Amino acid sequence: MSRRGRLLLKVVVWAICLAPLGALAWWTGRALWLNTDDLGANPISFITNHLGDWTFRLLLASLAMTPLRIVFGWGWPALLRRLLGLFAFTYAVLHFSVWILVDHFFNWGQMAEDIVKRPYITVGMLALLTLIPLALTSTTGMIKRLGARRWTRLHRLVYLTGVLAALHFVWLAKVGRTDQYIYVAVLVLLLGVRVVDGARRLARRAGKIPHPRPATPP
Amino acid sequence: MLIRRAERFKASDITDEQLYLNRREFLAAGAALALTACDVAEGAAPSVTGAPLKAERIDALSVKDTPTKFESATTYNNFYEFGVNKDDPAREAHRLKTRPWSVKVDGLVHKPKTYDVDELIRAFPLEERVYVLRCVEAWSMVIPWIGFPLGALLKHVEPTGQAKFVEFTTLLDPAQFPGQKPGFFGGGLDWPYVEGLRLDEALHPLTLLTVGMYGQVLPNQNGAPIRIVVPWKYGFKSAKSIVRIRLVSEQPKTAWEKAASHEYGFYSNVNPNVSHPRWSQATERRIGEFRRRPTLMFNGYADQVGSLYTGMDLKKYY
Repeated sequence: MSRRGRLLLKVVVWAICLAPLGALAWWTGRALWLNTDDLGANPISFITNHLGDWTFRLLLASLAMTPLRIVFGWGWPALLRRLLGLFAFTYAVLHFSVWILVDHFFNWGQMAEDIVKRPYITVGMLALLTLIPLALTSTTGMIKRLGARRWTRLHRLVYLTGVLAALHFVWLAKVGRTDQYIYVAVLVLLLGVRVVDGARRLARRAGKIPHPRPATPP
Repeated sequence: MLIRRAERFKASDITDEQLYLNRREFLAAGAALALTACDVAEGAAPSVTGAPLKAERIDALSVKDTPTKFESATTYNNFYEFGVNKDDPAREAHRLKTRPWSVKVDGLVHKPKTYDVDELIRAFPLEERVYVLRCVEAWSMVIPWIGFPLGALLKHVEPTGQAKFVEFTTLLDPAQFPGQKPGFFGGGLDWPYVEGLRLDEALHPLTLLTVGMYGQVLPNQNGAPIRIVVPWKYGFKSAKSIVRIRLVSEQPKTAWEKAASHEYGFYSNVNPNVSHPRWSQATERRIGEFRRRPTLMFNGYADQVGSLYTGMDLKKYY
């Protein structure tokens, strides 16, 4: 891909990732100054859900880049993996901040109780925690410092993030809701592609690795 | 057990002036409709959604809190018959036909009867009561309901000595309630929606058979044409769009108990000390307010209903 093409691709992805935040700012502004109903009757719940939904969507998007390369052989998804992952982290932090700052308004007692007693909040917190080392080591400098092997191993943690995020969503959803299973299905597909690919590579390597050479007479 | 003294029910409490004025506005706005209704059937209660409904305000049984915005109360609803999202009921409400509508009152009673809903509205003097509605999802609203005590109706049908519980059944009709259609993933509740109360709870003066709110006929998304309102219990206990009220001897198996009995018990009294597996019930967000407020025992109605549960372990009977 040309330099211009790459630039264009990144600009488009930045715009897509920022759009949900822009929409939220627009709705909030209208609700505050024009007294509109854009955020519904329960704005704090709406904002929390909106940020949570987009966290999971962007996390799945970042997890989709490698499968795109595996299945279609495209190179460009690799350019977007870090960008999407960092945006997922940003939305996760915002989602969490709204919970602390706006929903519970620093009611530490109740929040601590929620984290311990409500499994969906426990796993949600864990999901956020797993993203922190990944965000911190996302720079090119950190990749070099860690070395590609160790860095790759560390960043497999994102699979756990995906599973924890899925549990968070499934456990908080009320009886009768079904949209959470769409997210779970996508996650299973994205992780499944990796498993199948990994298994095939292992098999190939097992077949190709030559047997120890017999000592050849000089 | 801590029972807070609810200071909400002093008879001397003066009606909020703004609310009083708003009520007049509602009445004035619907005056034309009311006239039409009178022309068609003289003396008949208005049946058109949004038509004004006259009722005597009972200050002694009303909270002083400012009522929730009408728009919020009619666009943020849990009414799974219309769909699982909060805005589904308002969007799908037009599908429900609320007239003609009959309510069958039967079971362990001496005089079973099927009532036309307008007959009920005419037969019992309508009262307006401002109650706090506390949802199990930890949010609440303040709603001026219009109705009459369920006990008045039950007295008419004369429960037998064996009657111990009252079972409410919501209309079953997937054509009018799209949420009752089987979903792609299955899911949903075991329709029709069934709720229940112990007979003494049903006879409690706070338990209101409700046909209106905010000075007008009950909007469809709020449970038209007739629903129950039990203000000291979580909202889902208050069955909507009722077609049958049955007196029974055994505790009814409710729709939410069938769906998730560890989450939704038969009693489901508002209790800040007993949390739901997913929601702490210690605090709630009043719709329209920014900060959470502490949840009160029995939703603030402890003085009125606490004695119904004397000696009961409310952690066990959640």
